[in-house]
Amino acid sequence: MLKLTRRRQDYAWGYLMVAPTVIGVLILNIYPLLKSCYLSFTQSTGFGHAHFIGLANYVRMMHDPDVWQALVNTLIYTAVSVVIGVFLSLVVAVLLNQHIRGRGIYRTIYFLPVVSAPAAVAMVWRWLYNADAGLFNSLLQSVGLPAVHWLTDPHTALFAIIIVGIWSMVGYNMVLLLAGLQEIPRSYYEAAEIDGAGPVRQFFSITLPMISPTLFFVVVTSIIGGLQVFDFIFMMIEPMNTAMEYTQSLVYLFYKQSFMMGDRSYGAAIVMLLLVITLVITAVQMKLQKKWVHYND
Amino acid sequence: MKRAGRIWRWLLLALLVMTGIICLGGCGQDRSMTEDGRVRLSYAIWDKNQQPAMQAIVDEFEAENPDIKVDIQIIPWNQYWTKLEAGAMSKTMPDVFWMHPQSFVRYASNDILLDLTGQLGDDYDAANYPQGLSDFYTYDGHQYAVPKDYDTVALWYNKKLFDAKGIPYPDETWDWAKLVEVAQQLTDADNGIYGFLAPPDQQALYYDFVYQNGGEILNADKTRSGYREPATQEAIQFAVDLSQKYHVSPTVQQFADMSREQYFQSGRAAMAFFGSWMLADFKKNDYLRENCDIAPLPRGRKRATIYSGLGNAASAQTKHPAEARRFLAFLGSRKAMELQAQAVIPAYKGTEQEWLAANDMFHASVYTDGLDYAVIFPNSATREKWMLVETEILSKAWSGAMTVPQACEKLADRIDDYLATERE
Repeated sequence: MLKLTRRRQDYAWGYLMVAPTVIGVLILNIYPLLKSCYLSFTQSTGFGHAHFIGLANYVRMMHDPDVWQALVNTLIYTAVSVVIGVFLSLVVAVLLNQHIRGRGIYRTIYFLPVVSAPAAVAMVWRWLYNADAGLFNSLLQSVGLPAVHWLTDPHTALFAIIIVGIWSMVGYNMVLLLAGLQEIPRSYYEAAEIDGAGPVRQFFSITLPMISPTLFFVVVTSIIGGLQVFDFIFMMIEPMNTAMEYTQSLVYLFYKQSFMMGDRSYGAAIVMLLLVITLVITAVQMKLQKKWVHYND
Repeated sequence: MKRAGRIWRWLLLALLVMTGIICLGGCGQDRSMTEDGRVRLSYAIWDKNQQPAMQAIVDEFEAENPDIKVDIQIIPWNQYWTKLEAGAMSKTMPDVFWMHPQSFVRYASNDILLDLTGQLGDDYDAANYPQGLSDFYTYDGHQYAVPKDYDTVALWYNKKLFDAKGIPYPDETWDWAKLVEVAQQLTDADNGIYGFLAPPDQQALYYDFVYQNGGEILNADKTRSGYREPATQEAIQFAVDLSQKYHVSPTVQQFADMSREQYFQSGRAAMAFFGSWMLADFKKNDYLRENCDIAPLPRGRKRATIYSGLGNAASAQTKHPAEARRFLAFLGSRKAMELQAQAVIPAYKGTEQEWLAANDMFHASVYTDGLDYAVIFPNSATREKWMLVETEILSKAWSGAMTVPQACEKLADRIDDYLATERE
């Protein structure tokens, strides 16, 4: 029989408890990650056969205008949707933290997009954007403006997608920020009021610093989410759409190469690029957080 | 001491239970046999509309072959190829499955498919199927699939819109010039009605034009793209002109908001090309049944329609190759073909009558007659790759972002690159 110290025994229990999650992460995240990394250095010939070709996929990527355009599209999508999306989430969260009539209803309305299926959401938005019969163009025409080909004009298509992205992210971020706002003790505001601080001053001197850890989390996850945008592009932009080149994201390009064109290796190289970009951006944010995030302890 | 032992016992127990569960699912049972000792074959298809016909075939086959049980698996089209490929990699492929022209060469060239050459029994005769289709499912001299059905393309027209202007319906005398002329007469921009529908669609639009004009998409030995040939570029130019120059069709931008089917079904277009595979849906539509009919494609320099068709194939990994071949031979038999004739044009010569009868609300015989001048679907091992590039680049010609010669030259380079990888 094995003899265990009390301490080791505790460890054993600990490992047993976390085992399901750890095994899950290993099988579902870490293994595919390593496998993708390996794949990106190979040339797949289909059906799991592949031979090692070194950096050739990466060299090809450097010379592929589609990849560069997709990178630009992804960065624009992320920058615009995070800046506007997080700002709106904060505004909505602060407003819905006040004692206003019908607060519960508003919170529900803002959260609804989060629980709606992306496929259904995309279909509804496609109708709204429809150049012939969509709501937006009907409104434009009723005030005498020309119709816009929202989803097929290369100048507007990406922004049309960004609007849907923002609309669907505000609710989730709002809930996180609301939770953060409710952690702020009322007494701070009471003290500030006695000192004569108005609502604006209160917001910048109390609310913003106090909520900065939550805000930091929201920004980091929103950026990662933005870099991984795929579903709305997939659902709203079809292969023959002329705006495809100016809307496809890196993940979409990965999907197209890997699953529509069957080149798993090149697809893997594209996600590796995305992984590196995500890591760099997140690392920079972790460094920068010291400048603006205030932790209580 | 006692407590410590208990933990390890727990861990061990958990491990045993887990392996036990895995074993129950995997190694405990032989999924390839039924409990009463019959051979079990799985048969994967993607079209739910055809399930009743396939089940009828399976029932008939099981009645004739009491030692075999066939389970039909429906895998929707957008998951079908991912699952099939994953199955091929993990050796869990269905035993028998539908094969599509677009993917056939890649599967055949990777030794994924069961070789059927000369092993389908005495009743099997390639002469029973259209020549092009039998050749199509042959790779390197070996047969890897049995033709299942075939499809051609025809011109649909809206009788109501023709009647309103007193224009005679399209017939076999029509050529491109006549198509444009009548389409112009029928286009009514104020009311959003178009004479013709010309989206950048391959099989049901520009491939047909290309072959009607004497051009080609690929050369005969599949080493070069045909997009550099003047005849091909001329045909593409004609297809683009329909929306850009003659304005008888919605633009490619408009097609992103509303599909060709939607335009036609809502009575907003007088004419369009549709493949015979659309009939199953179209005949359920009251408006189309009442107001629309079918005519042959207009001729260019010559008459042509693209044709292709599905095949039935088996996995090279199947545990029961003999039974799988027996099932495939049955799927290719006259009896099985008649059973599916309600749903598709069966590939077995002389069994089209059922299909024509089932679609007698239209002149469906245009589709079967089309076989006389049909050109087989252009195909190669990297087709899945270049067809997407083709759509993307030609869409730019359709939108006017590139001229047709520019787009065709660029496309030719890209396709040639892919074709070159096939020979590596």
